[in-house]
Amino acid sequence: MAAKAAKGAPKFNISNIPARRPFGRRRKVCPFSGNASPKIDYKDVKLLQRYISEKGKIVPARITAVSAKKQRELAKAIKLARELALLPFAVQ
Amino acid sequence: MAYYEHVFIARPEISPQQVDALIEEVTNTVKELGGVTSRTEYWGLRNLTYRIRKNRKGHYALINIEAPTNAVAELERRLRINEDIMRFKTIRVEELEEEPSPILARRDRDERRRARREGGRDGEDGLEFDGGED
Repeated sequence: MAAKAAKGAPKFNISNIPARRPFGRRRKVCPFSGNASPKIDYKDVKLLQRYISEKGKIVPARITAVSAKKQRELAKAIKLARELALLPFAVQ
Repeated sequence: MAYYEHVFIARPEISPQQVDALIEEVTNTVKELGGVTSRTEYWGLRNLTYRIRKNRKGHYALINIEAPTNAVAELERRLRINEDIMRFKTIRVEELEEEPSPILARRDRDERRRARREGGRDGEDGLEFDGGED
């Protein structure tokens, strides 16, 4: 290791790229894809609550890692739940 | 015939028996118009997350319906006239579920859990959104 560092110049070359960056985050997978995943249902308030912010807004998929297809489904379910007063439109 | 899930919210002032009567009324209407109803659920008096017609609570009921489109249109027309019903929603689904919906399933579990810890500390697991009150 020390010998390599002594060589200086580029820190990383093809031979010593770290397997995983020490602070890098692993790519999360969509919580609704896969066969044991929960079904998106407008009646499942507890599940939907995880995907709305404290203010009651729908959390973007880039934060929750929900796939685009499932995010569309999820947004629809949340909006339905709002119309039925199961979820808030806005929290003051 | 298409499948629908029908949910309505009734005024909080009426009694659960009256809600049962309303459910009965809906099922009869559907039958009369050439449809079939299967699962019906009464979710009880729930807190609304925002006020509807100045009410903070409402009786929720769910009915599974298999009926032609015009029957649903007629059913909705009649419900709009009914003063006891604050809100209704008919949602078209690909297939009807027969198991109790998440709302009922969760409440049953909660009751069992409460019974189990009998008088113990009431440690609700936070982040519960049962009402939109502040």
